[in-house]
Amino acid sequence: MAKVLMKGCEAIGEAAVRAGCRNFFGYPITPQTEVPEYLAKRLPEVGGLFVQAESEVAAINMLYGAAGVGKRVLTSSSSPGISLMAEGVSYIATCHLPVVLVNIVRAGPGLGGILPAQSDYLQATKGHGHGDYKLVVLAPSSVQEAVDLMYEAFDLADHYLTPVMVMGDGMIGQMMEPVEIPPMRDLDDLPAKPWAITGAKGRKPNIVNSLYLSEVACNANNWKMKEKYDEIVKREKRSETYGCDGEKLDVLIVAYGTMARICNTAMAEVVASDKQKRIGLFRPITLWPYPYEALAKEAEKAKQILVVEMSTGQMVEDVQLAVLGSRPIDFYGLTGGLVPSPDDVADKLRKILT
Amino acid sequence: MQTEVIMSGFGGQGLMMIGKLLAYAGLEEGKEVTWLPSYGPEMRGGTANCTVVVGDRPIGSPLISSPKAAVVMNQPSLEKFAPTLKKNGILVINSSMIPINSDRDDLRSFRIKANDIAAELGNRRSANLVMLGAYIGMEEAVTHETILKAIEKTFEKKPQFVEVNCKTFMEGYELAKAGKSDD
Repeated sequence: MAKVLMKGCEAIGEAAVRAGCRNFFGYPITPQTEVPEYLAKRLPEVGGLFVQAESEVAAINMLYGAAGVGKRVLTSSSSPGISLMAEGVSYIATCHLPVVLVNIVRAGPGLGGILPAQSDYLQATKGHGHGDYKLVVLAPSSVQEAVDLMYEAFDLADHYLTPVMVMGDGMIGQMMEPVEIPPMRDLDDLPAKPWAITGAKGRKPNIVNSLYLSEVACNANNWKMKEKYDEIVKREKRSETYGCDGEKLDVLIVAYGTMARICNTAMAEVVASDKQKRIGLFRPITLWPYPYEALAKEAEKAKQILVVEMSTGQMVEDVQLAVLGSRPIDFYGLTGGLVPSPDDVADKLRKILT
Repeated sequence: MQTEVIMSGFGGQGLMMIGKLLAYAGLEEGKEVTWLPSYGPEMRGGTANCTVVVGDRPIGSPLISSPKAAVVMNQPSLEKFAPTLKKNGILVINSSMIPINSDRDDLRSFRIKANDIAAELGNRRSANLVMLGAYIGMEEAVTHETILKAIEKTFEKKPQFVEVNCKTFMEGYELAKAGKSDD
């Protein structure tokens, strides 16, 4: 199919439709408002349902209901809105329901600012809501990858019966790039959901519930969830490397999302001015499950590691867990909506290399 | 080859639009493109800009700290971006609204009365296309023919603007090609 030029947010919306999602509930917030804007027009065209809820808290509970009756369902928000949804996502995870969330991250904490950031890393990967649950977190670095991951996110959610988050920064949402849009999924081919609440005619009622007053039953469900997460950890880690083909590296950069592209340009700039230097880049695509082993393997080649993020260093602890003290780890980051430029990263690299 | 241009001016002058035209044209020619808008909190009369990168190979950073070209339609944009341009960079200045020049002597500057030309040709609102024409005249990031096609496609639903928009674009293009800067 021919490529089309699309803004990240709109491409994300279209990818969801193509993936068989016909239900969106959300609330506007910059810099992701173009997702609901696009779907408000697009979903009715394909017989879908779009609701602008009265708040993020209401929206996530609408997802809870829609997922409970077996529908593919999406919400999209940005940092403060995602915080408001945390309680609902915890309920959804506990009930083993598949939903897809998009977080186009803006500067925080607090109401923060509307400019790009990566400061929701810990929230997305380590906790979000309360209780023993995990989010699968996918981090695209281009509009095309955002489309591809969105398309797949619904399958992952349905396969593991768990919430999946696609997390991009404001640049992914606002940038236009050529994209190839995947084909429309046939709704009849979507996975069967025998557990869904569809009216109990002729069968025993299904129950979707996250309240466990019996401690034994609650414990059992938590371990059932843990088993699922272990399976995801085993099977779903993804990452990419750039410039890591040689045997030795002076520096291995670790960055994700748009920041990885900026680092890629910075890396090329430094190598062009000093051909002796060997710099590689490791880009996690799944932030949870984190690709620890793949990173450890690349880190073995490197004298040292540089983590670059639009945060104060939220991913550093995962990098530490990957290399287990075997390599020194340096960090460069800006926050508040400031985006490290290729020149900023190149300067940092040169400082490390001298 | 990779071209990088920042297009900047007051909100409403149509900088996002000409950036998109360039990006569409790049896509049409089978090139890699990125279009990244500024989307900060702005007040009325504030400055809006977008960065367009067109290249033969996959594009790394869509964000460019020191671009190879800038198209500026108001004075704050000139003051902001002229100092960031690479050596020998291209600077296209809307001289209808910007009385000053950059004090750098290592740039290829081109001044053009975009608002006046657009008004003379019959559509005051297409000053942005005069600017795009001048930029393409200075550096064929894409061919001018592809831009003309992109204009036709973009204004499909407003066909009354196609001719005047193509005309204003070509006026800017030819003046820049001929090196007729408004100095």
